[in-house]
Amino acid sequence: MTRRDLAVIGAGPAGMGAAIEARARGLSVLVLDENAGPGGQVFRAALACGRDPAVAPEIAPGLPLIEAFLACGAEYRPATTLWHLDPEEGVLSLVSGGVATEVAARRVVLATGAQERPVPIPGWTLPGVMGAGAAQIMLKTAGAVPAGRTVLAGQGPLVWLLAVQLARAGAPPLVLETRTVSIASALARAGGGLLAGRRMLAKGLALMAEARRLGVRVVAGVRGLRAEGAGRVERVAWEGGGAPCDTLLLHEGVIPSVHVSRAIGLDHAWDAAQACWRPVTDAFGATSCPRVAVAGDGAGIGGWEAALAAGRLAGLDAARRLGALDEAGFAAAAAGPLAARRAALALRPFLDALYAPPAAILSPHDETIACRCEEVTAGAIRRAARIGATGPNQMKAYLRCGMGPCQGRLCGPTVAALIAEARGIAPEAVPPLRPRAPYKPITVGALAATAAPAQQGVA
Amino acid sequence: MFRPRPEARPATVSVLVEGRAVAVPEGASAAAAMLLAGLIATRESAVSGAPRGPLCLMGVCFDCLAEIDGVPNRQACMVPVAPGMRILRQRGAREALR
Repeated sequence: MTRRDLAVIGAGPAGMGAAIEARARGLSVLVLDENAGPGGQVFRAALACGRDPAVAPEIAPGLPLIEAFLACGAEYRPATTLWHLDPEEGVLSLVSGGVATEVAARRVVLATGAQERPVPIPGWTLPGVMGAGAAQIMLKTAGAVPAGRTVLAGQGPLVWLLAVQLARAGAPPLVLETRTVSIASALARAGGGLLAGRRMLAKGLALMAEARRLGVRVVAGVRGLRAEGAGRVERVAWEGGGAPCDTLLLHEGVIPSVHVSRAIGLDHAWDAAQACWRPVTDAFGATSCPRVAVAGDGAGIGGWEAALAAGRLAGLDAARRLGALDEAGFAAAAAGPLAARRAALALRPFLDALYAPPAAILSPHDETIACRCEEVTAGAIRRAARIGATGPNQMKAYLRCGMGPCQGRLCGPTVAALIAEARGIAPEAVPPLRPRAPYKPITVGALAATAAPAQQGVA
Repeated sequence: MFRPRPEARPATVSVLVEGRAVAVPEGASAAAAMLLAGLIATRESAVSGAPRGPLCLMGVCFDCLAEIDGVPNRQACMVPVAPGMRILRQRGAREALR
């Protein structure tokens, strides 16, 4: 079995940062990533799309980071999926190109990033309804934009960024803003960070100005959004309005990807400001499991600059724990990333308050499908909760939701919120969904191909 | 449905989507190829057979499941295109079991 000092799951900003720092202290490092290239979501396909004027300004800061990562001496395995992690023994079970392998690591950094918050509105299973992130991925990986009439509905920084990028590419969307919190009330709750976060704030305001300059039309205060059509989305409707639509892009912010951190049983805490769970970590990413750290958006949403800083800190902490860095050296090296993360997170309380997800998204109407894989409605989940399904794990037995191919990645937050509502308890009082390995489907053939050489080795 | 911007990303890789040749940029996923081929519904859901298209394109939702080079139920968004790749819509369980 291959052995490494440090294994990093995910080659986004956090994973790259961890690898760079650990390598600089002489650790042997393996970085694996499900995607074909480094960069994570924010710098996805950066090497291919860095000259596309639609996305180039936002990709530019990622290019030197990717270059530094590729030169740092870490073993980098793209297109590689983690399907099981044994946190006690530090054994990672991987599959790549149909071949399963195992790697043992003295320390593991999960840098698995974020996913878009599910946006269960009526009609969201119609073809042509996608996440805003999906359209951005089409732009970055294929240079493509939605054809026809595009509606971008939701709220948060990505809405403005994507609106601008689509407009630069010649496909300005109609933006339906679903924000329910006023700027004044967000300021009242979290005004303190505006001065320290003024660089980020200026970036955001510049994006909004660019959107308007490029002709993006914005409807504010949209409530009761629904997608309509026969076999595909043809129209969107909301309270007091409607518009024809060929592609509907939804976005209500992002939440940590906790699939692996939950599967290995790490302690998690409810993040009320972001209405999601996050693994409990110390300042350097260390978790309730002695061998495992979590860095980046997977430990709580902060954006790529905070993720990079957190990754660097987790890499330094790995070096300290494995004896490659003494306390004085650690303190000196950690000061920079700690300050960078503080600066990157300064605006976050304001953004969290301003873009709090509307209640209707967290607990959809009875007729709306909550579990897309097994096609289970919110109403069915409410009924099951009332007759005794106490948590998402029990809900699997009642309705199969969480047992489809996504394994609860997408329905999990909605199912938990519906159970909380139906049982009259706080969201954090709902027992969490416990994902099981394999974290992603693996063929029997891939498993068999691993077993054969091992047996020969024993013989 | 999506339209390419050849001025930004030339289409250099030819794949077969539902038997039809489509050229797409290098680095695009099989799911992107289906969308660029003009498919809106890229699969049928397993339970009711309802038409579905990709939702997240980042490996989370599994709504882009497709048959790729003869292997069914693959996450098409996680598979980069390769020359000659054969991509078929994933049919729902009811259809597949017939």
